[in-house]
Amino acid sequence: MRLTTKAAALLTTLLGFTLAGGASAQQAASQNAVHDPGAHGASSHEVYFGAVLFEKLEWGVGLNGAPNIARWDGQAWYGTDYDKVWIKTQGELERGRRAENAEIQLLYSRLIGYFWDFQAGVRYDPRPRPDRTYGVIGIQGLAPGLFEVDLQGFVSERGDLSARLELSYDVYVTQRLVLQPNLEVNVAAQRVPELGINSGFNDIEAGFRLRYEFTREVAPYVGVNYTRRFGEAAKYARAEGGKAEGIEFVTGIRLFF
Amino acid sequence: MVEVTLSRRKMLAAGIAALSAPALPGSALAQPAVGRAMPREFNLAIEHVSLNITGRSRPAIAVNRSVPAPVLRFREGEEVIINVANRLREETSIHWHGLILPSSQDGVPGISDGFQGIAAGQTHQYRFPLVQSGTYWYHSHSGTQEQAGLYGPLVIDPVRPDPYGYDRDYIIQLSDWTDENPHRVIQNLKRDAGYYNYNKRTAASLANELARAPNAQAREAIIRDRLMWGDMRMDPTDIEDVTGYTFLVNGRTPEQNFTAVYRPGETVRLRFINSGAMSHFDVRIPGLEMTVVQAHGNNVQPVAVDEFRIAPAETFDVLVRPAGGRQFQILAESMGRQGFASASLATQNGLPMMPLPPHRERPLLTMADMGGNYGPKGLDRGTLRPETDRPGQIAPMESMDMGGMDHSGMSGMGSSSAQGGMQGMDHSNMPGMNHGNMPGMNQGAPARGTGGARQAPARPPAMDHSNMPGMDHSNMPGMGRSSSLARDPGFRFAVADLPVGSVPGAGLFRLAQASQGSMQGMDHSNMLGMDHSSTPGMDHSSMPGMGRPQGGQQPRPQRQQGRQGQQPAQRRDQRGAAPAAPDHSAMGHGAPGTGQVGQVDTSAASAHAGHGGMAPPDPFAVNTGAPPGTRVLTYRMLRALSNPYPVREPNRIIEVRLTGNMDRYFWAINGNRFSEAQPIVLNLGERVRMRFINETMMSHPMHLHGVWMQPQVGNGAQNPLLHTISVKPGSTLDVDVEADAEGGWAFHCHMLFHMETGMMRKVEIRRQPRVASNG
Repeated sequence: MRLTTKAAALLTTLLGFTLAGGASAQQAASQNAVHDPGAHGASSHEVYFGAVLFEKLEWGVGLNGAPNIARWDGQAWYGTDYDKVWIKTQGELERGRRAENAEIQLLYSRLIGYFWDFQAGVRYDPRPRPDRTYGVIGIQGLAPGLFEVDLQGFVSERGDLSARLELSYDVYVTQRLVLQPNLEVNVAAQRVPELGINSGFNDIEAGFRLRYEFTREVAPYVGVNYTRRFGEAAKYARAEGGKAEGIEFVTGIRLFF
Repeated sequence: MVEVTLSRRKMLAAGIAALSAPALPGSALAQPAVGRAMPREFNLAIEHVSLNITGRSRPAIAVNRSVPAPVLRFREGEEVIINVANRLREETSIHWHGLILPSSQDGVPGISDGFQGIAAGQTHQYRFPLVQSGTYWYHSHSGTQEQAGLYGPLVIDPVRPDPYGYDRDYIIQLSDWTDENPHRVIQNLKRDAGYYNYNKRTAASLANELARAPNAQAREAIIRDRLMWGDMRMDPTDIEDVTGYTFLVNGRTPEQNFTAVYRPGETVRLRFINSGAMSHFDVRIPGLEMTVVQAHGNNVQPVAVDEFRIAPAETFDVLVRPAGGRQFQILAESMGRQGFASASLATQNGLPMMPLPPHRERPLLTMADMGGNYGPKGLDRGTLRPETDRPGQIAPMESMDMGGMDHSGMSGMGSSSAQGGMQGMDHSNMPGMNHGNMPGMNQGAPARGTGGARQAPARPPAMDHSNMPGMDHSNMPGMGRSSSLARDPGFRFAVADLPVGSVPGAGLFRLAQASQGSMQGMDHSNMLGMDHSSTPGMDHSSMPGMGRPQGGQQPRPQRQQGRQGQQPAQRRDQRGAAPAAPDHSAMGHGAPGTGQVGQVDTSAASAHAGHGGMAPPDPFAVNTGAPPGTRVLTYRMLRALSNPYPVREPNRIIEVRLTGNMDRYFWAINGNRFSEAQPIVLNLGERVRMRFINETMMSHPMHLHGVWMQPQVGNGAQNPLLHTISVKPGSTLDVDVEADAEGGWAFHCHMLFHMETGMMRKVEIRRQPRVASNG
């Protein structure tokens, strides 16, 4: 109970921060509009824009008896250069079963550096059961070498801490053929038996996806995806009839609008 | 809605009709509505139309049902009334580009005095006298309407005939057309700055380059170069932001072949106007010499050239004498080599277009184009309240500093290989520049040569640079930058023998007067082409004023020096590895601003820092990729025929750093986008020197409304009067402005999407003296 309370307080703080950030940015914008008579009308030349990116929308055929898996990983954003609302979602469905895991995040995103956004908000996982809500804090951007980075820390409603690192890199083989290696690592600070979460490294997912950009918007791909669970997480997986390790051959489509 | 559809269909026809109507002078579509009465009155109606350029009918914006808008032909000295009817479903405006007129008539919503744009359905009356003559243009200053077609030529005939004769007079208005909605273009750039770039470096091109490399060292250099660009998270192929353009001459595609008719022996005046929203053009007429007689509406001493580059919003008038009755091809190739605008000079209309030549090699950005982060200079920014860079607007220095640069890898750099001058240097292949390795360039490697200027820091420098041919300090942002200099303009101009054409680095100069107690008396802004290969033993670290704290400047951490110091200078083996390339115009050894402001440090790192910066390019050199010997116009070749302003020193220097985020696609001036920026306030009657420092990797044609800009090209009283100054990537250049027009004026990059995403300011010229100031 004590933990729950603490987590709730933390979450409230996070949310408060998010809202305050948004509010102060808004305030600043309106102040600018007021103080700068030279600004263009109400919009003050601020460009609002948005995008939807589904990096993964795929079907994986498990090799060596691994299950077949449908997977999605997408994000969308809208706002100004500095302030945006960011939505992220990802999840997996196993054949013949309900969603094995699914999550959605609602974040406020603030440009803090040339290549970096600071993001904070909430994450909700309807699957696996029991469903769970997390506070999120993270940075997303482009690291030297042109690596796309998304680093997030989570605190669950029960006070459990975890973190995730996602890395990807676009190798342009030709102007339209792009090889994208990617890596996702999940770590947790403590066991969460009901969710099959291990203390320490939980899982690693690595993949190679080769896409062809017919347009920037539509790019079908093929690739391989490797998943590996560790320690108790692996045990949990096996206990549920799964495997600790699996390779899939994936086909999918990347959408970017 | 039915009405809209119908009228659109009608307009489609109108648009096509407009295309087939030659935009010849004399056939001006805007007829004076009230005869010869003074003032003459013109009526312009702005409408949505459909326009078919590429085979698909697309929405466009037309004036009097014409894209481009009709030719406006005025007479110097008269007063005109122009009634602009807005039949759009959105606000609009018209700005008379380059015209000297009251702020209230300048047509920039929210900036021009009392002007808030023309609301949908409204008619606005402009009224102003014409106090100048020449070739100009007009366009919308609202949103992206210019890209949608709202631009047209404007010619003012002089009271007294121009001092050059010609038999025929044609407008050649260049523009870029996209089938995409311009708003969509911005959205695309915002979500992926490389969205339109299909000329990226790829694994395939890497393999290709490696296969062609002559030896292991060259291959290593290629790899290192790739890694370095990746490390910076920049793209050297980012020459043009937007592709998919069809380039037009007077609204016509190359296939539609606009033809300027001549008779053999005649002199033809061609009025080039670049109305491209986002496109620079390299213009040439194979087989014909062009004599430039006017730049930006102002007559200049005639200068013969073979080619010129024209930035968005610029105009150049040239005379040609086609002979022999043959057909000549007017070629305007986009800077990123994605296409041509072309037209013909022929003895009759209706000839098919001549086949387009192959594209010239697409330029690549080089290390020298990388302005990098010069950091806050602490100079006057002209704002009433202090202003600081906003986060995310300045590229991180860590990966852009000199840390990885090794000059020893450049053949001809070290004094030991000085024989060949800078020939054969290709900056595009300069991975990892490290000046620490240049023999004679720092104290760590004792000076072996003669021309070095080694003084004790305390002594005033009796510097003799006369032995150093072609040294370029023009781009040393660290020099002559202190705020004390700003307040006490004791500048001295170096006398420069200017190189002609695109062959930089040959300039010699004498320093007019250098004993000023420190470097503060020196303004090297007019010198070109430093050639280190012939200056062995140069050590700038001991030049007073170069490695020293300067009053008023913000000290910056020594991070840069430190990093440079850490760089082991061990890359001698790279010498000679770089393949030849003609462009070393970009060579210069500019100190990167305040990066080295600090105590005099006798270590190599300090000398290093003194030379450290990414050498900003010669700000005026133009490299169109023309073969050697081609005469290419530069601003230096422009000498104003008349200058209404006295030659005098500026009251102050205003720092105009061109900044922006290439990754997120927004642009700014001094680290503040328009939406968050304060106006730049000038006093009526003062002369200010705007010091443009391009910290981005793109060219920015900077346009200041209402007053002339005089780039300090070294022609003294004959420095040209321009309304738009093209500032190349990574370069620094000085532009003097006489603030002689009261009111609010727009000041912006004329790359439309750079302006739209923030590279714009209001300049307020006020009668009363400033109360608050930055100094």
